[in-house]
Amino acid sequence: MTKLGVRAQLATALGGAAATLSRWTGRGDGSVIGGRVGLTLEPALLSRLAADRRLALVSGTNGKTTTTRLVAAALRDAGDVASNAFGANMPSGHVTALSQGRDAPYAVLEVDEKYVPLVLEQTGASVVVLLNLSRDQMDRAAETWILAQRWRTALTDADTHVVANADDPLVAWSAGTAKQVTWVAAGQRWRDDSWCCPECGSHLLREEVHWQCDKCGLTRPEPSWWLDGPATAAAAVDPRGRRWDLDLRLPGRVNRTNALIALAAAAVFGISVDRALPHLAEVASVAGRYTVVERDGREVRLLLAKNPAGWLEAFDVLEPAPTPVLLSVNAQGPDGRDTSWLWDVDYRVLAGRPVFVTGERRLDLAVRLEVDKVDFELVRDIDEAVERVPPGRLAVIANYTAFQAIRTSYGRAL
Amino acid sequence: MTQTSSLRIVWIYPDLLSTYGDRGNALVLEHRARLRGLSAEVVHVHSDEPVPTSGDIYLMGGGEDRPQMLAAERLRADGGLHRAVDAGAAVLAVCAGYQLLGAEFGDDQGRPVPGLGLLDMRSGRGERRAVGEIVGDVEGELGLPSLTGFENHQGVTHRGSEVRPLASVRLGVGNGDGTEGAWQGRVVGSYLHGPALVRNPALADLLLGWVAGPLPEVDDELVERLREERLTAVLPGA
Repeated sequence: MTKLGVRAQLATALGGAAATLSRWTGRGDGSVIGGRVGLTLEPALLSRLAADRRLALVSGTNGKTTTTRLVAAALRDAGDVASNAFGANMPSGHVTALSQGRDAPYAVLEVDEKYVPLVLEQTGASVVVLLNLSRDQMDRAAETWILAQRWRTALTDADTHVVANADDPLVAWSAGTAKQVTWVAAGQRWRDDSWCCPECGSHLLREEVHWQCDKCGLTRPEPSWWLDGPATAAAAVDPRGRRWDLDLRLPGRVNRTNALIALAAAAVFGISVDRALPHLAEVASVAGRYTVVERDGREVRLLLAKNPAGWLEAFDVLEPAPTPVLLSVNAQGPDGRDTSWLWDVDYRVLAGRPVFVTGERRLDLAVRLEVDKVDFELVRDIDEAVERVPPGRLAVIANYTAFQAIRTSYGRAL
Repeated sequence: MTQTSSLRIVWIYPDLLSTYGDRGNALVLEHRARLRGLSAEVVHVHSDEPVPTSGDIYLMGGGEDRPQMLAAERLRADGGLHRAVDAGAAVLAVCAGYQLLGAEFGDDQGRPVPGLGLLDMRSGRGERRAVGEIVGDVEGELGLPSLTGFENHQGVTHRGSEVRPLASVRLGVGNGDGTEGAWQGRVVGSYLHGPALVRNPALADLLLGWVAGPLPEVDDELVERLREERLTAVLPGA
């Protein structure tokens, strides 16, 4: 499908070889190294690989891996889809995904928030899906308002169709000057980064989902897609007002909103809800998230939570008490080296069930739980927690590298 | 304790000044007060509300450039914090909130913006962003153990003659001249961002003691383990 010059062909071939080597040597899944080699040899590689196909970019602080997976699942109804399904969401990962799916007429790329302007410019993506913006790894990431401002600048004159969350003031503002926007009521659990108007800085007036600024008039755009009904059983409502039951295998309200925004994105590609829905229903786990692993008679279910908003969402899909839960927190580079965010999470919802605490920064978490009066036990690792709980469910919530460490110890069979 | 029977901890403008775990300072003060049998309440004051003058301890957190400027403007116009400090309240401000306490700070272009003038100091924008663990030896008069925390700022702070530095830096950047933070009377500021009191319970007790009188000892086993782990991890050869 994509016609590449000799130089670009060589770059993708060598990138592919490096990716294979990375997998053989067990250093990684090859998503990043392959693309890095390719981009060094051919800086315009991403543009070339993106040419002649229809792309969707998916970004936001939380839910981007899952939503990417859902949009890709829906688009497969129309043809092959190239996608960075494992969350390698910077240009090197995009190059790898597009080289591996050379003949796919569609591509769905998860994009790190910082890279949205660059990747949009290089790929000319026809659709950009924007989920939410909140505090995340502040020792290395930009401040949320600065990210929103960069998105806004990049989208203002771009020839693309934006599918954006109307419930998040920062996202709504960032997409507010785009040429074409589909507004989706995709919810906002975490509000502590959007009490102020992104346009003028005044205190925003908020009542349930509605928000508006009295001073400059910025207000929640009217959504054309929304959810209707109780949190875990809500149906999707499309722009014509038709209700669609969401029969998903992914749990929680948050995945209903991810599915809703995926349906809206699929519609831009001409895929109707009745065609898209069966594909969304098949998705059971996403890069290890939500997976249930059997271990010594215990069913261990893994949830990833990387920042305060992500923890709120994880608590939302947690099995009710008395199901025991293991929390694991690291502070390596990809996690952010600063554990201050623990204090933005309200852990009191965990009281009344057995709570185990592990990870490289287990003491930070222990002190946090002590102040929230949640009883807990410190454990060496997940194996010790598995030994300590009776047969049945064990829920695990871990941040990024802690989650990957558990996946690795379980053989990456996830 | 001043006037009221319950200790009032006032968190100023969480809508503007709260970037990363700043809530932790309020939670730690409340927790440590209750460990001593003192009743305590945390009052959140949003930027469209007046700052009450009857609080015992006032907290300000970190913030991005624009919210910091808005907070300065509103707090100067409000005057409540100034009146509370005159009446003997204690203040702990971190990061952007710390800079706000001084006579001036820098905006996003580095231009000076008038601050609250509660600490005799001026802040500006430094060359590079300071991001990482910070350790300091606390100035002797305060009688506190080493300060440990995380900093994430691009500020430089010059002290006037009225304020004392909170600590001298062993690791990290702090004010930019080898010192970290500042204090004057019962007003304390620090570049330790977010939940600065979590790993510095003695600093939390200093503030509580200022407004509630002498405090009994409490069991700090877990926090002490955390402090030791952090100090050992970040100080080479410690």
